[in-house]
Amino acid sequence: MPEVAKTRMKVAESEMARIMTGAEMVVEALKDQGVDVIFGYPGGAVLPIYDVLYDHQHAIRHVLVRHEQGAAHAAEGYARSSGRPGVMLVTSGPGATNSITGLTDALMDSIPVVCITGQVPTHLIGSDAFQECDTVGITRHCTKHNYLVRSIEDLPRILHEAFYVAQHGRPGPVVIDIPKDVQFARGIYSGPQNVEHKTYRPRLEGDPGKIELAVTMMASAKRPIFYTGGGIINSGPEASRLLRELVASTGFPVTSTLMGLGAYPASGENWLGMLGMHGTFEANNAMHDCDLMIAIGARFDDRITGRLDQFAPGSKKIHIDIDPSSINKNVKVDLAVVGDCAHVIAALIARWKARGCKADPGALKKWWSEIEAWRARKSLAYKHSEKVIKPQWAIERLYAATKGRDCYITTEVGQHQMWAAQHFHFDEPNRFMTSGGLGTMGYGLPAAIGVQMAHPKSLVVDIAGEGSILMNIQELSTAAQYRLPVKVFILNNEYLGMVRQWQELLHGGRYSESYSEALPDFVKLAEAFGAHGICCSDPADLDAAIAEMIATPKAVLFDCRIDKTENCLPMIPSGKAHNEMILPDSDEVSVDAAGKILV
Amino acid sequence: MNAPTAPPSPYSSAIGKSNIETHTLSVLVDNEPGVLARVVGLFSGRGYNIESLTVAEVAHAEHLSRITIVTSGTPEAIEQISHQLERLVPIHAVTDLTLRGNAVERELAMIKVVGTGTDRDEALRLAEAFRARVIDATIESFIFELTGAAAKIDQFVELVRPIGLVEVSRTGIAAMSRGKDPI
Ligand SMILES: Cc1ncc(C[n+]2csc(CCOP(=O)(O)OP(=O)(O)O)c2C)c(N)n1
Ligand SMILES: [Mg+2]
Repeated sequence: MPEVAKTRMKVAESEMARIMTGAEMVVEALKDQGVDVIFGYPGGAVLPIYDVLYDHQHAIRHVLVRHEQGAAHAAEGYARSSGRPGVMLVTSGPGATNSITGLTDALMDSIPVVCITGQVPTHLIGSDAFQECDTVGITRHCTKHNYLVRSIEDLPRILHEAFYVAQHGRPGPVVIDIPKDVQFARGIYSGPQNVEHKTYRPRLEGDPGKIELAVTMMASAKRPIFYTGGGIINSGPEASRLLRELVASTGFPVTSTLMGLGAYPASGENWLGMLGMHGTFEANNAMHDCDLMIAIGARFDDRITGRLDQFAPGSKKIHIDIDPSSINKNVKVDLAVVGDCAHVIAALIARWKARGCKADPGALKKWWSEIEAWRARKSLAYKHSEKVIKPQWAIERLYAATKGRDCYITTEVGQHQMWAAQHFHFDEPNRFMTSGGLGTMGYGLPAAIGVQMAHPKSLVVDIAGEGSILMNIQELSTAAQYRLPVKVFILNNEYLGMVRQWQELLHGGRYSESYSEALPDFVKLAEAFGAHGICCSDPADLDAAIAEMIATPKAVLFDCRIDKTENCLPMIPSGKAHNEMILPDSDEVSVDAAGKILV
Repeated sequence: MNAPTAPPSPYSSAIGKSNIETHTLSVLVDNEPGVLARVVGLFSGRGYNIESLTVAEVAHAEHLSRITIVTSGTPEAIEQISHQLERLVPIHAVTDLTLRGNAVERELAMIKVVGTGTDRDEALRLAEAFRARVIDATIESFIFELTGAAAKIDQFVELVRPIGLVEVSRTGIAAMSRGKDPI
């Protein structure tokens, strides 16, 4: 056979092998992208994909959640704890609309999630067909990007492009809406090689001139502070390692947002604790009084800045971020370096060392002694009790019991979330999964399921509130099915505590609809789901109960009865500046009318 | 589209209260379904203004369209708008033509004027002065076609209003920077 004919035949053969249905392409692309777990829920419009999955259970584990919102948060938990994109698969119509909260959550917290939705067949789109909804229209505002696949020819490219877009630049959720006829259609599959986006090429390296300038500003600072955020964690473990090196070589203090906890270790020498609305006194005062703020992968969110016109009034600000739209959005900065955190920090360290820079030792010493004075106020202190479990103490005991273990924490939203951030100390990135930007009650349990899928041998604890846990309690059934030993540690104050706290501070103690009446018996509820239930209300029993929880080899629902009216402090009341915090020992709390309208 | 009218918030920065400016943004996009909805949705979702918007394919083989948007806001808001547009995945480039200065901007308008007798003469005289062309005429009406800067069209419309203006249709602005370089 002549050479030409041979090669032609080879091509034909390999193309034959690559000819497959759209549904097969979806599974093939998942495998090519290294996906080993997906979270999903079947329905009419994704049946062809589920049919293919049936034959690939060894390669791709499908976790059947109990509600599509759970699939989205599980995908988020998987992504945040592993650094790999989370993948979910849901049907058209209600499957897609049930995913919206989770997608929005992933968008706000910049989490790479690929969400595949089924759609009614192309010829029915627009006809109000059964379980039809305008998925790309509805998800346009809650995804980084989305696609409606109109023909089988486009499918392989879109599948791989979606993974690229979800992970590159500032990460985020991407929806691929696939009509059922496209899932059945046959076409030629192509792998992920060379799939880049035509135009979407986020900048990784910082501008060298600006890095030089940043180093100069850092070298002459008298009261510097690093203000770090989730961008460092999103950038990958190398960014956290480099941050530690940068902090060590400069000797500057470092604080972090909720999203960035663990990037710099809480046990590190230069750690000030979290900043912002429920941040420490030392972190917020250092932010207020600094002369140079170096923001890395943080976005000047309103929970962080408090009153903007009194935000760090005497400071110069450097902002390092991969997303140019984050720069000058809320706070005008003096120097912006657009780039990936790891790349930019590496360049800063290299130039700092090459130029032989040293922080002004006299000034830095004075700055640290001011910080020590703030620290001495012990803003996270609380009154321990022998009679009732204080929530802060419960978190401390949980921390003590899990210290040194391979442990991941997720949370729901409310006071317990802030207590977890304040009293559980994170020494590594990717260990704390919490809904920061959207503040989604119901996030923690499904997220814990996602984390446990990524880390089957690790201890995964959802620090929950009795209100939030009921928002996605059905996922306990998922945990039971897959024998996932997730621990749900409920700080049960019988109140939508954070709402109660705001009503106390802002609405004169008028507790409208914030008491959790008719709560279930959580121990029986656990048993009904095939999990183990524990209830503890006596401080003397707490350590033993926590030990029991950790030792139980299956899912546990731990009803920890705490002081019902404890407030989460310290706190910057809405509309106030960093140096106007309410401390545990302050008596008068006033919030003006302008502050009341804020959330 | 409306500007946000929320009460001034203590979170909002006092520094941001500078002058409202009008800028023309030239946005090169992939001509794919939904791209215009993304752009328009971004403006409504984030409370930005659109004063005019034009869109058409400009390179058929490459599937590229150009969207020209006239928007208004503080310089900080307009910088934000540009960056937010750049974040949209199908967008290739965003150029603030006003910031670059030196752009030519043109708009086409059709203007229907109804009248008889001396009103007709007056309308034609104005049209000649503004170099508007007659593209339709009946015994009682004219449709004028006028191309030019938006301000010139505004002026013509105001002048023919008392004569018998009944309808205006405008394309919105197309714009390009002067000189040999593409934007
Ligand atoms: C889905 C959703 N609905 C409403 C809210 C508003 N919200 C914030 S915290 C909170 C109370 C949470 O109560 P609980 O889970 O018991 O936590 P606690 O504050 O008592 O620790 C509410 C209702 C929210 N964040 N998310
Ligand atoms: Mg509660």
